[in-house]
Amino acid sequence: MASLSQLGNSLYRGDVSYNIVGRRKAWYLVSAILIVLSIATLGVRGLNLGIEFKGGAEFSVPVEVANDQSVTKARETVIAAGESPSSVTIVGGNKIRIQTPALATEASNALSAALAKSFAVDEANIKVQLVGPSWGDEVTKNALRALLVFLILVAIFLSIYFEWQMAVAGLIALAHDVLITVGVYALSGFEVTPASVIGFLTILGYSLYDTVVVFDKVKENTHGIHGGSRATYSESANLALNQTLVRSINTSAVALLPVLSILVVGVSLLGVGTLNDLALALFVGMLVGTYSSIFVATPFLCQMKERTAENIALAKRVHARRKTGDASEAIKPVVAIGAPIVSSAGPRQQQVKKPRSRRSGK
Amino acid sequence: MAQHYRPGRSLLIFIVGIIGLLVWTFLPGDRHTPRLGLDLRGGTQVILSPSLPAGQTLSQDQLNQTVSIIRQRVDGFGVAESEVTIQGSGNGAKIIVTIPGETSRTVVDQLKTTAQLNFRPVLAIDYGSPKPSASPKPSASGSASPTASASASPSASASPTPSPKPSVSVAPELLIPPIQSKDGSGDFADRFSALDCAKSDILKGSNDIPAQYLITCQKDASVKYALAPADLVGTDIASATAGLPQQGAGGWQVDLKMTTEGAKKFADSTTKLSKLKAPNNQFAIILDGVVISAPAVNEAIIGGSAIISGSFTADEARALAQVLKYGALPIGLNVDEVQQISPTLGNDQLKAGLIAGGFGLLLVVIYLLLYYRALGVIAVASLASAAAITYLLFVILGRGIGFTLTLSGVAGAIVAIGITADSFIIYFERIRDEIREGKRLRAAVEQGWSRARRTILAADFVSLLSAAILYYLSVGSVRGFAFTLGLITFVDIAVAFMFTRSLVTRLGNSHWMNSGSAWTGVSPTRLGVKASTSEVN
Repeated sequence: MASLSQLGNSLYRGDVSYNIVGRRKAWYLVSAILIVLSIATLGVRGLNLGIEFKGGAEFSVPVEVANDQSVTKARETVIAAGESPSSVTIVGGNKIRIQTPALATEASNALSAALAKSFAVDEANIKVQLVGPSWGDEVTKNALRALLVFLILVAIFLSIYFEWQMAVAGLIALAHDVLITVGVYALSGFEVTPASVIGFLTILGYSLYDTVVVFDKVKENTHGIHGGSRATYSESANLALNQTLVRSINTSAVALLPVLSILVVGVSLLGVGTLNDLALALFVGMLVGTYSSIFVATPFLCQMKERTAENIALAKRVHARRKTGDASEAIKPVVAIGAPIVSSAGPRQQQVKKPRSRRSGK
Repeated sequence: MAQHYRPGRSLLIFIVGIIGLLVWTFLPGDRHTPRLGLDLRGGTQVILSPSLPAGQTLSQDQLNQTVSIIRQRVDGFGVAESEVTIQGSGNGAKIIVTIPGETSRTVVDQLKTTAQLNFRPVLAIDYGSPKPSASPKPSASGSASPTASASASPSASASPTPSPKPSVSVAPELLIPPIQSKDGSGDFADRFSALDCAKSDILKGSNDIPAQYLITCQKDASVKYALAPADLVGTDIASATAGLPQQGAGGWQVDLKMTTEGAKKFADSTTKLSKLKAPNNQFAIILDGVVISAPAVNEAIIGGSAIISGSFTADEARALAQVLKYGALPIGLNVDEVQQISPTLGNDQLKAGLIAGGFGLLLVVIYLLLYYRALGVIAVASLASAAAITYLLFVILGRGIGFTLTLSGVAGAIVAIGITADSFIIYFERIRDEIREGKRLRAAVEQGWSRARRTILAADFVSLLSAAILYYLSVGSVRGFAFTLGLITFVDIAVAFMFTRSLVTRLGNSHWMNSGSAWTGVSPTRLGVKASTSEVN
C-alpha cells in the first residue's frame, strides 16, 4: 500500500510519468482487436439468451447431490410427463435446473408435481418460472430505449458541463465498454438474463462516472494553458491522467471488491442466479470502464482537441520554446518519449520547485 | 466561503437527521425491518399483459377495471401484503401481481381467467342418476327442483330423477365444448342425452356465447343442464356479497345487486321464471361455460337486488360471491412471466446477498484502512453511516410507499458501496494532492474539498441520471435495482457533504493529524514533501 502511495507522489509531481496519451495508437490497437473480436464472436456464436428472452419454462429442483444420475433422472421425468427438456443442468452442486419450451400453466403444474414426486421433494421447494415469448422482446425493447434516452441526456450534460469534444470522447469510451462486455458474454457463452441486462445498463453509468472524474482533472489541468507556452494540450491531459491514476486504481479496487465478493459468494452459495448474472456483467464492465476512461477516452479527446486552432498554435509555441533550449522551465517532455520516465535523481534530490498549481493559472 | 464553513454545525444537523430517521423508523408502526421482495422471502410473481385484437387500443378505464378485478381476486386469496401494480399504459401496460409466501400452483390460472359470466334459464336438468331415462327430451325432463327455497346444491335433491342414457348416437364432434345451438332444435336433445360430464372436456371451461343455447355440466360433474340463451351477463352485476341472513336462520347466502340495466333484465327474467314449474323456474349461473350454481326463483324480483340462498357453507358462499362480482374481466390477458420461489430459496438468496454484501464491505474497509489510515477511519465511518441511513430509508420507504427490497435491489446496494466509497477517495486524493503541492493540512482540506465537491457532484449526477432512466423505462427487477442505486447515490451525497467533510475538517484541525505521523494518512513526508517545503504555504 505504501508503495502505491509513493507511486502516487511520483505520478503527481511528474517524476514518474506514463506516457498514455502519446502512445494512443497502441491502446487503440488493443481496443480495436478486442472490439473486432467481440463483434466477430457476436456474429458467429451470438449470445446465449436465457429463457426470459426466448420464452419457456424453467424448473429448479433442490436435490441432495446433483450428479449425472440426477440429471438423467430429471430428463426422464420430463420426457415421461410428455414434455421435451431443452436443457438439464446442475446448478451449484445441489440443484438441477430444467428448461423446456413454453408450457401452459396446467402442463407446468403437472411437470412440477412429477418432478417433486420423482425427486421426493416438497413441490413448494421447486422454483418455477414461466416466460411468455414476448417478454424478452419487451425487456430488450425497454433496455434499448433506456440506452438511447440515457445517451442523449448524458451527451447534453457532458457538453454543458465540459465541452462537446469530451461528450464525444466519453460516449465513444462508453460504446467501447458495452461492446467489449457483450463480446465477453458471447465468447464465454454465459447466459444473458434480464439481470445481465441490468448489469450492462449499470456499466453505462459507471463507465461515464469514471470518465467524468478523469475529465474533470483534465479540464482543471488544461484550464488557462493557452496563455502560456509550457505544455501542449496533450501533455497537460497526460499529466492529469497520471495524477488521477492512483484514484482510478483505488476506485476500481473499491468498486470491484464487492462485485467480486458477489461473484464468489453467489457461485459458492447459490449457483447461478440474479446476483451472479449481474455481478459478472459488472465485473467485466467496470474493468473495461476503468481502462477506457484512461486509455481510450482521454487520448481520443486529445486527438480531437489538438486539431483546434488554438491548440495547434499552442503546440507550435511549446515546440519553439523547447528548441531555444529553455527546457528547465518546461514541463517534462513526456510525450516525446515512449517508456515511463523515471528521473535519474530520486524525488528527494530534486530541486525545490514552486508548486505546479502556482505556475499555471487555475 | 471556506472560511465560514462550520464543521460542528453540519455534523450536528447530520446527527439530528439520523436520530430523526431512527425515531421515524422505530417509533410508529409495527414494522421495523425492510419489506422484502418475493425473491427474498418466497412467493409468486405473475406479470400479465393485455391481449387485444389487432388495431384495438386499451383505454385507461378498461385497464383500471381489469386491475381492480385482479386486485379483488388476489385479495380473495387472503394472503397479506399481496400486491397488484400497473406499469406502463395503453397496450404496452403490464400488470404485476405479487403474492408472498407459499401459494398454490393454481394461482396463475385463477388470476388470468377472463371468466365469462352468464345467467341462463334452465331448460332441463339431469342429475346423472344411474336409472335409465324414460324421456330423452330435455324440456320434458320431469326432475323436481331440489327445495322450495332457492338451492343450487344437488345434494339437497332427494328425488330420483329420470336420466337419459348416453346411448343416443351423436357425432363426437358435436360434444366438443362448448355444446351450443342457435335455436335449441334439431339434435340438441340428443346431444344433451349423449353428454357424459365425467368424460367430457366441458369442465375445463369454454367460450360460452350468451345468445345461444348451451348444454353443460355442474362444476363437480354431478349434474348436466340444458340451458336457454342468457338473460343476464356478468357486467349486469354491480356487487355480490356473502353473508348470513339477518334473521339468523339458515346457512350462508349471497346478496346480489344489479346495475340499473341488469335490474330490468333480472326483473323480466324472474317474472318469467317464477311462473314456470321446476326445473324451468331455475336459472343457472355459468362461468366460462360451466355451471357454478342453479338457484330456483320463487317470485319475481323487481328491485335489482336478490338473495341466493341454499345450503351453502361460508366458503362456498364467498366463492360464489367472488365469481359473481369479479367474474368478467373486460379484456383478455397474456401471462408474460410467472416466477414461483419457495420461502426456503428466498431465505437462501437473502442470506447469500447479505453475506456477499458484508464480505464486500469488509474488503473495502480493509483496503481503505490500509491505504488511508486515519482518513480511512473516517471513510469507514462514512460508509457505515451511509449503510445505516440506507437501511433506515428502506424501512421507512417500505412502510410509506411500499418499497420492497428485492435481490436486484441488494445487488444495487452492493454496487453502490463502490460509488459511495469513491466520493471519499476523490476527496482524500485531492487533499493529498494539495499537501503534495506543499500546503498545510488545514488549507489542503479546504482546497481539496472545493475541488473534489465539483467532481463528486458531476459524477454522482451521471450515476443518478442512469438510475432515473432505468427506473422510468423498465419493469420488474430492473426497477428495484435502479431505485436502490439512485437512493444510495443521494445518501452518498448527503454523507459526503455533511458527515465526511465535517469530520475531515475537524480532524484537520487536530494536533495529531498535523503531527506528520505516518498513521494519519496525510503525512507530508510520506507524500513526498520535504519538511522545509511544507512551510511554503
